[in-house]
Amino acid sequence: MELNLEKKEKCSILKIKGDVDLYSSPQVRKQILELVNSKNANLLIDLAEVTYMDSSGVATLVEALQLAYRNKGKLRLYNLGGAIRDVFELSKLDRVFEIYENEQRALEGI
Amino acid sequence: MIDIIEIKIPSEARFLKIIRAAVKHICETMGFIEEDVNNITLAVDEACSNIIKHAYCGPTDQPIHITCNLYDDRLEVLLRDFGKKVNIKNIKPRKLDDVRPGGLGVHLIKTVMDIVRYDNSFDQGNQLQLVKYLRK
Repeated sequence: MELNLEKKEKCSILKIKGDVDLYSSPQVRKQILELVNSKNANLLIDLAEVTYMDSSGVATLVEALQLAYRNKGKLRLYNLGGAIRDVFELSKLDRVFEIYENEQRALEGI
Repeated sequence: MIDIIEIKIPSEARFLKIIRAAVKHICETMGFIEEDVNNITLAVDEACSNIIKHAYCGPTDQPIHITCNLYDDRLEVLLRDFGKKVNIKNIKPRKLDDVRPGGLGVHLIKTVMDIVRYDNSFDQGNQLQLVKYLRK
């Protein structure tokens, strides 16, 4: 699993590559929570190259979403592949997250 | 007719990828559609994660035995651990309107599999039976 971070003027963009499971999710959690743990921090997460995500990965994103919300920031997801989108739908969390088609859409209003 | 495939891994999260690859391949070989292949793989992975987290609670050298019984109409996966006995009454899927991290694994397993049965009648450990039928 790889994490690539890009800092922009009004937000950070994190690209996750590979499997997010019980083994790798602690690393993802550490990085994501750092990025949303300040006032008005906006984080966009590109999931295009995520090949697998289990409930620990989803739970990490839920935790980050709640922290971002408390800090009056935004956490947005985009480029979800079919299998990853299915996990969010099965968890009924597709309605909780702001999910966008692509980076351009996700950047709108940030 | 039944084919039996047995896999044994230590209770270490980095080996879950091996289980996912094997289960995915078994499901594809049996003719499950892609959605079911992904769902069964997810369910078995979540079940193994639960064994690592809740039955063994830390040690990474404990055995997890996964037996896949391939029937003509269904796949049965038996997951056997030798850790702490799980109180079946305490295994509950999380309420989905309760948006919080954690507790999702059991919900996912129960949602995607046709049969989910816990057996803690062994002297030591637990066994979880997961069954998914092929679509006609």
